Amino acid sequence: MRNIFIICRKELKSYFASPIAYLLMAIFAVIFGFFFYSATAIFVVRGMESQMMGRGFPMDVNEWVIRPLLMNASVVGLFLIPMITMRLYAEEKRSGTIELLLTSPVRDVEVIVGKWLAALLLYACVLGISAINIAVLFFYGQPDWKPILVGYLGLLLQGGCLLAIGTFISTLTKNQIIAGGATFAVCLLLWVLDWVTAYETAAWGKVISYLSVVTHFEPFAKGVLDTKDLIFYVSMIFFGLFLTARSMESLRWRA
Amino acid sequence: MIKVEGMTKRYARTVAVDNISFEVEKGRIVGFLGPNGAGKTTTMRVLTCFLPPSGGTAKVAGFDVLEQPLEVKKRIGYLPETPPLYPEMEVVEYLTFVGKLKGIAGSDIKRRVDEVSERCAIADVRNRLVSKLSKGYRQRVGLAQAIIHNPDVLILDEPTAGLDPKQIIETRELIKDLAGSHTIILSTHILSEVEHTCEQVIIINKGRLAAIDSVSNLTARLRGSESIAVEVEGTDGVLNRAEVQGRLERVAGVSAVICKESRDNRCLFEVESLQGYHVRGDLARTVVGAGWNLLELRPIALSLENIFLELTASEQQQTVVAKQ
Repeated sequence: MRNIFIICRKELKSYFASPIAYLLMAIFAVIFGFFFYSATAIFVVRGMESQMMGRGFPMDVNEWVIRPLLMNASVVGLFLIPMITMRLYAEEKRSGTIELLLTSPVRDVEVIVGKWLAALLLYACVLGISAINIAVLFFYGQPDWKPILVGYLGLLLQGGCLLAIGTFISTLTKNQIIAGGATFAVCLLLWVLDWVTAYETAAWGKVISYLSVVTHFEPFAKGVLDTKDLIFYVSMIFFGLFLTARSMESLRWRA
Repeated sequence: MIKVEGMTKRYARTVAVDNISFEVEKGRIVGFLGPNGAGKTTTMRVLTCFLPPSGGTAKVAGFDVLEQPLEVKKRIGYLPETPPLYPEMEVVEYLTFVGKLKGIAGSDIKRRVDEVSERCAIADVRNRLVSKLSKGYRQRVGLAQAIIHNPDVLILDEPTAGLDPKQIIETRELIKDLAGSHTIILSTHILSEVEHTCEQVIIINKGRLAAIDSVSNLTARLRGSESIAVEVEGTDGVLNRAEVQGRLERVAGVSAVICKESRDNRCLFEVESLQGYHVRGDLARTVVGAGWNLLELRPIALSLENIFLELTASEQQQTVVAKQ
C-alpha cells in the first residue's frame, strides 16, 4: 500500500510540475463552459417559450441541462484521457527511469496501480472544474443533487476504465505520440461501438454494443445506479490493469 | 555475496551472455571489463532483476534473482548506464522519492538524503531541478540514488562515462571509499579505471568469460619475459647500429634485440630478456663500456591494455595489432 501511495504521489507531482495538468484543465474548462452556456441558454429559451404558450414551467433542470452536460463531459473525457495516460510508461521507457522502478523493491502491481490512481486523480481534478458550472445551477435553481453525484461517479468509472486501457497501451511503446494516438483510437472506437445497434439486431450486434463505454454511461447520466453497469466498468478497469501487468512482465522477458 | 552459475541470456536472435559463472566475495570491488556489446550491461541487468536469465542461476546474498527478486532488489543499489533521473524533480525531491521506494522508513529519509548528498558532493545543488544539472552532477545524483538505502551490493554500469578528468578521479575515490562496507561491481571499457579502482577483474568478450583474476595476477600471468627499452647515443657523431645491436645481443639472458627507431646518431632498441634474468645492469655496463652514451633504460610494463587486447581480440585482430 505504501508503495502505491509513493508512486501515485510522484506521478501526480510530475503532472502538476509540467503544464499537462493545467492544460487539460483549461481545455476542459473552455469546452465544458461552452456546453454549459449552450445548455442553459437553450433551457432558458425553451422555458420562456413554454411560459408564453401558457404551459407553466414543467421543465426539469436535471433532465434538460445536467444530463446532456454529463453526456458531453464523458465525450470530452475521451479526448483528454489519451493525453493523461500516454506518458505514464512511454516516458519512463524512453528516459530509462523504468530501470529504477523495475530494480526497486516494489511489485509491478504496486507501480501499475499507483500510476493508474494518479491518472484517475488527475482526471477527477479535471472533471472537478465542471463542478463550478454545476454550482451555478444550484445558485439559481433547485436541481436534485443525488443524480448529479451518480453522474459524476459514472464519469469517474468510465474514465477509470479508459485510463486503465490507456495505461496498458502506454506500456507497449517508448513513443508517447504512438501511445496517445493508439489510446485515442481505442477510446473513440469504444465510444461509437453502440452505433451497431442502429442497423444490427442480431446477437453479435448486442455484444458489440455492450462493449461500448457510452451504453453503460447513459444510466449514470440519468442518475440511475445500475449494478450491471457498475460491474462492467469495474471489470474493464481490472482487465486493463491486468493487461498492463502482463505487458510489464513480457517487457522483462522480451527486452 | 554474488554467485553466478552457468548464466545465459538470449534475446530474440542473439545470445548476449553465454554460460557465465563467477563469484564475488563480500566487500570486494570487481571490475567488469569488455569491449562494447560484450554483455556487461546484460549481466548487470540480470543481477539487478531487471531481466530474467534464460538459463543458469544468479544469486545475490543467497537469494535467487528469479525466486526472490524482492529480497535481491532490497540489497542492491544500481546505477544504470544513463542515470535514471526525473528531469522535472528537484534533487532532494528525487532522492527522497527513491529512498521511499527503496523502503527507507519515513523518519530516516531526511537524514539519509543529507548523508548521501554530502558523500556524493551534490549538497550544493540539492534544490536544483535535475533537468538543469550538468552531466557530472547527474552522474553523481545517480550514484547517490544507488547508495541511498545503504545496499550490500552496488552495481555500477560505467560510472565514470562522460565525466571530466577531475570528476573521474573524484568518482573513483568515492567508489574506493564505498568498498569495504559494500560489494561493488563496476563495468567499464576503460582499462585504466580497472587498474586504479578494482581488486578483481572479470573480462568478458562476446558474452563469454575470457578471464577472471586479480589485477596483479593477470598482469603477471601474461608477462612471460621482460621487455626493456634502451636508447643509445654515439659520442663521436656517428653510431654503428649493427655494432650496438650485436653487443646487446651478446649480453647474457637477452633473447632478442629490435631496433625501433633510429635518428642521427641515436638509436632506440627494444630488448627482450629471458625469464629469470635481470639484464638491465649488464646492458648498461655494455653500452657505457663501449664508449656510447646511455640515454634511456626502462622496463616496458605490460599494461592491462595489452592483456585485454590479447584476451579479447580474435586471431585476425591480433595480427593487425602485432603489425602495428
